[in-house]
This record gives sequence, structure tokens and C-alpha cells, in this order.
Amino acid sequence: MKKIIIKITFGFLFLTSYGFAAEIHEPLHPDWSFEGPFGIYERASLQRGYQVYTEVCSGCHSMDLLSYRNLIEEGGPEFSKEQAKAMAAMFEVEDGPNEDGEMYMRPAILSDYFVSPWENKQQARVANGGAYPPDLSVIVKAREGGADYIYSLLIGYEDPPSDMEIDDGVYYNIYAKGEKIAMPQPLYEDGVEYTDGTVATPEQMAHDVTMFLTWAAEPKLEARKRIGFKVISYLIILSFLLYFTNRRIWKDTH
Amino acid sequence: MSDNYEPSSAIGKWFDKRLPLLTLFAGHVLPYPTPKNLNYWWTFGGILTFCLIAQIVTGLVLAMHYVADADQAFNSVEHIMRDVNFGWMLRYIHANGASMMFMAVYIHMARSLFYGSYKEPRELIWIIGVFIFLLMIATAFMGYVLPWGQMSFWAATVITNLFSAIPFVGESITNWLWGGYAVGSPLLTRFFTLHYLMPFLIFALVILHVWALHVPGNNNPEGIDVVQGSQDTVPFHPHYVVKDMFALVVFLVIFAGFIFFVPNLLGHTDNYIPANPLQTPEHIVPEWYFLPFYAILRSVPDKLGGVILMVSSIAILAFLPWLDTSKVRSAKYRPLYKQFFWLFIADVILLGYLGSQTADGLFLLIARIATAYYFIHFLVLMPLLGFVEKTKPLPKSISEPVLSKEEREGQATQST
Repeated sequence: MKKIIIKITFGFLFLTSYGFAAEIHEPLHPDWSFEGPFGIYERASLQRGYQVYTEVCSGCHSMDLLSYRNLIEEGGPEFSKEQAKAMAAMFEVEDGPNEDGEMYMRPAILSDYFVSPWENKQQARVANGGAYPPDLSVIVKAREGGADYIYSLLIGYEDPPSDMEIDDGVYYNIYAKGEKIAMPQPLYEDGVEYTDGTVATPEQMAHDVTMFLTWAAEPKLEARKRIGFKVISYLIILSFLLYFTNRRIWKDTH
Repeated sequence: MSDNYEPSSAIGKWFDKRLPLLTLFAGHVLPYPTPKNLNYWWTFGGILTFCLIAQIVTGLVLAMHYVADADQAFNSVEHIMRDVNFGWMLRYIHANGASMMFMAVYIHMARSLFYGSYKEPRELIWIIGVFIFLLMIATAFMGYVLPWGQMSFWAATVITNLFSAIPFVGESITNWLWGGYAVGSPLLTRFFTLHYLMPFLIFALVILHVWALHVPGNNNPEGIDVVQGSQDTVPFHPHYVVKDMFALVVFLVIFAGFIFFVPNLLGHTDNYIPANPLQTPEHIVPEWYFLPFYAILRSVPDKLGGVILMVSSIAILAFLPWLDTSKVRSAKYRPLYKQFFWLFIADVILLGYLGSQTADGLFLLIARIATAYYFIHFLVLMPLLGFVEKTKPLPKSISEPVLSKEEREGQATQST
């Protein structure tokens, strides 16, 4: 009886307190390579995801917490240093002041943060009909449902039901809250031309860019799981040693 | 206890004569006579001490990189997660450590409730414990505010606004707490300062808690006093040092599971959205360990009433040694109390669940009943049970229940 109560206790604590809100459309759940205790990111997918981000998302969405040097770090897309340098150089950043006290523009280098499409939040709002496109640095961790939700949202655009009124600047998406979203459909067939020859279906692009955003939100995932496996193995071995030491010590106590 | 402990080395003798730390540890702490029948529920004191130290150590390093400013706090936490060496690990240990510490403290408190550890002569240990719990609540709450995400900001707003319920001076107190007319940088800075200070206050109270424990000695599952100089006790070292370490390592396996494999499971997704004073989250929910108290707060339609009830729900614990009228400590020998104990645990869990839901309709009604029961447990049942309950006969000593029949008869003839 006691055991059952304890089980229920912990079951409640962990499961129900943050239960998912009931939605009409549960997000899709594709196979993510980074799931499970040993799951890691798929390099090629991360690299393609970066391409989708730069060519599609970055028109409106900033990623302020990422810098170009992150692209070559272990556990990420792992571009070569030369590739990342070239990618950074495609953007201009303001630097300065120089000796004359003037600010000037220069190509971005590895240590620069991802260049934002906007000068400030207000400009972003005005350009997007009042809706601010959120920064994508930790978006996957900032949304209930995580990667599944982001993936589903990206391909969840459909024609609205006939009885639904859709205002200007709002779009119908079956996975969005209230089925309405201010972001227009971002991904279309062959929206990007993948450099590695992968066919750019909307599902493929959504998959790749979601993988990329998941890495952006949790860049140390691979190191975390690797270290975690070692830590837990060590602790389990230690617990066995302590268990037998403990038994030995208590042997003569009745 | 070996009062005649003497350091063996010359340096030890010199030192101990001037500051008897060695005598304290080698002469008192290590051989401290501990009841031999303590079960694993008794290992959570040691686990909590470890958790406190782990929080202080990780917190110290985090504080080296964290910036307590409304414009920079969120990004400085992300800087820790991304750029600081093993910063992600420190932060996940610290964030999950708070949850683990509350899990341990609730078990620790429930153990005390079950085995009557708060009763005479251990009332002060318990009361100090209640103060430690209060400080833990304040520390954890302020710590949760520091990352300055949406939940941080709105939790700070909701809780500091509670002070405005105080009649006449409420508004002034709230503005004084905020250091302005809204939640912002001044509040964040002072929360950071206090969050840094409080663990050390907790540490000081823990020393008093253990000191007060070492006067009467541990309670035990039988809830009876140890017979002095009998076979009832074993020296703390190595018996309980090793047992506690084993329990700690098992606890750490679970802890590590959270840190390395589901580090954000106990957190709220909204806290990865930077604080936005213009946008209230759909549901403002506290961390899981505050949910029962949150449910009590919301069960009263009046703000001041809710605050009073929530504060009372914790303060009432301090009076428990006198609300409980039964002379028998352990629930093992209190058949009625034992059932009410589990009912109380179920009630708290129910309150926790209700705290996570919206407070309306049926949920609100159940929350009100559960809140009423919470107080009835302490104010009616605990005093009443001492008078109406027929307790089971207590064993003569800790050794008795485990002795064979013959041995017991042998003892009986000896004593007559």
C-alpha cells in the first residue's frame, strides 16, 4: 500500500504538473537523431539547416546569441574554419570608431554574432505588421513541445476552413495556438537549393532547420550526454562498492 | 562517546589545547552514539547537507559570470550555458539541485512527521528546521528570478505584489521592495544579493540544527529513547558515514539523470523567453515544489486572506510539537495517526496538482476542500488523536523487537 502511494506521489509530481495543454492538433513527432540518452545531431542536417536559416528565416528572425565561430565548434554543424569564415564574410557589421572617430562597415568575422536583420525591435515590428519575429537562439527550448512543435508549425500551413475568418497579416496554421499565426508560410518546394544535392521538400527543410535550431538552443547536448554517461556509470560502480562496504560494517550489528 | 579522547601527535595536542576541534570531531562527532535501527529515511539529512554545499559551490562559480541587470541577466545566463567552460553543467546542477534539495527536504520532513521526531525533547531541532525550510523557500524563489525569463519576471511580480495586500502600508512596502514603481533592475539586483546571502544563513542554521540534534541524539523508527550504555547504539562512524554515503550516491544517480539527460524537464519553457513586462504569460505557475502553497494561496478569493493562509500553512509547522498531544512518537505504534499521516501526504500532493491547474470551477472547489483539510489535520486531528487513539504497546528498547523469544525472556528474568 505504502509503495503504491509513493509511486503515485512521484508520478504526480513529474507528470501532471507540467502536462501539455490539450490541443486539437498534437505536434508531429518525426525521428530526431538527437533523442534518447545517446542521441546526437546529424552533421549534414545541421549544415543544411544553417543554409535554410540564412536563406529563409534570417530575413526576419535574428539569432543574437549565436556567433559564426559556433559553426565550427565540436557538437555543432562543424563547418571547416574556412567555410565559416566565408559564411561570416557574407554579412556586414558596423565597427568602430576608427582613428577619425567614424563608425564603419566591415565584413563579419568568426567572433561576430549572427547579424540581425533589424536595427532594433521597433523596426522589426513595423516591417512585420506589428508582430515581432522572435529571436531564434533558444526558441526550441522556449516552446512547449520543443523541436516537434517547431517542425510541425513550419509545415502546418493549410487553407483555412470556410467558416473561419482570417484577417490580413494573419495566416492559418493547424499547429499554431488558436490555429492562427502572424508568420507567413516560410517553406515552399525547392525554397532553397541544397549544396549537397538533397531534395529540398518542405518536410526536409523543416527537419533540417529544426535540427539546426535545436542545436542553437542546446549546443552542448552531445558533450552533456557523453559526460552524463560516464558520470552515471561511475556513480553506479561506486554505489555497489559502498553497498558492500556498508554490509560488511553492519555485519555484526543486530 | 569517548570523552577521554587525546590527539596522538604533538601538533595535534598543541592545537587541541588551544582550539579543541579535534576533540569535537574525533571525540564527539565520529563516535556519536546513533540508534542502530535507523532506516534509509534517515539518510536525507546527510543528502541535504551535500545538496546545500553543492548549491553554494556551483552558485559561487555562476555568480562569477552572471550579471544582475535587467538588460543583461538573460543573456549572461546564456553566456554561461554557451561560453563558460562547463558552464552548462554548473547551471544545470544548480537549477536541478534546487529541485533535488526540495525533494530531499520534503522526504526529510515527512520522515519527521511519520516517526514523531519533532516531539519532546526535539522540538527545537524541528523549529530550526522550519526556519531552514522558510529560508530555502525564499532562496529558491529569488534564485528562480535571476535568469530573468518570462516566468522569473512574472513570478517576481506576483509574489512581490502579495505584500501590497498588507493593510495601509502594503503599497509603500511593495514600492520599497521594488526600489521603484515596477519590477525591474533594482529588484533583480537586491534579489541577487539576498540569494547569495541566504545559503550562508541556511548553513549557519544547519549547524544549529545538528548541534541541537546531538544533545538528545537521533530519534529512531521505534520512536523510543535509547537505553544508555546498551546495545541500542552504534558509533556514527563508520556505520552511518558509510550508510549515508551509499544513500547519497544512489540519490546522485537520479540527480545526474536529471542534469545530463533531462535538464529542462522540471523547468518551464516560458523561462527561455526573455522577460517582457508588456506580455503576461498565459499561466503563471511556480516551480513544482511551491505548487501546494500556490494552491492554498489561490483557494481564497481575497488577496490578503490568501497570503495569510499561505504563510500560516508553513508557520503552523513550528507549533506542531504542541499541537500533537500524543506521547507516542512513532506512527508504527499509532494505528490511527498512521492513516491520517498518509491522508495528509495525499492531501499535499493533491494540492500540488491543483496548484498546477487553473483555479476555477471544480478545481477551485477541490482546492478549497484540500486547503481546509490541510489545516484541519494540524488544528483538529493532531490535538484530538492524542486523546482518542489507542496506541500499540511500545517495545522496552530498540534491541527488543529484534531479539529472539528466548533472549527476550532471558532479559525479562534479568530485569526482575
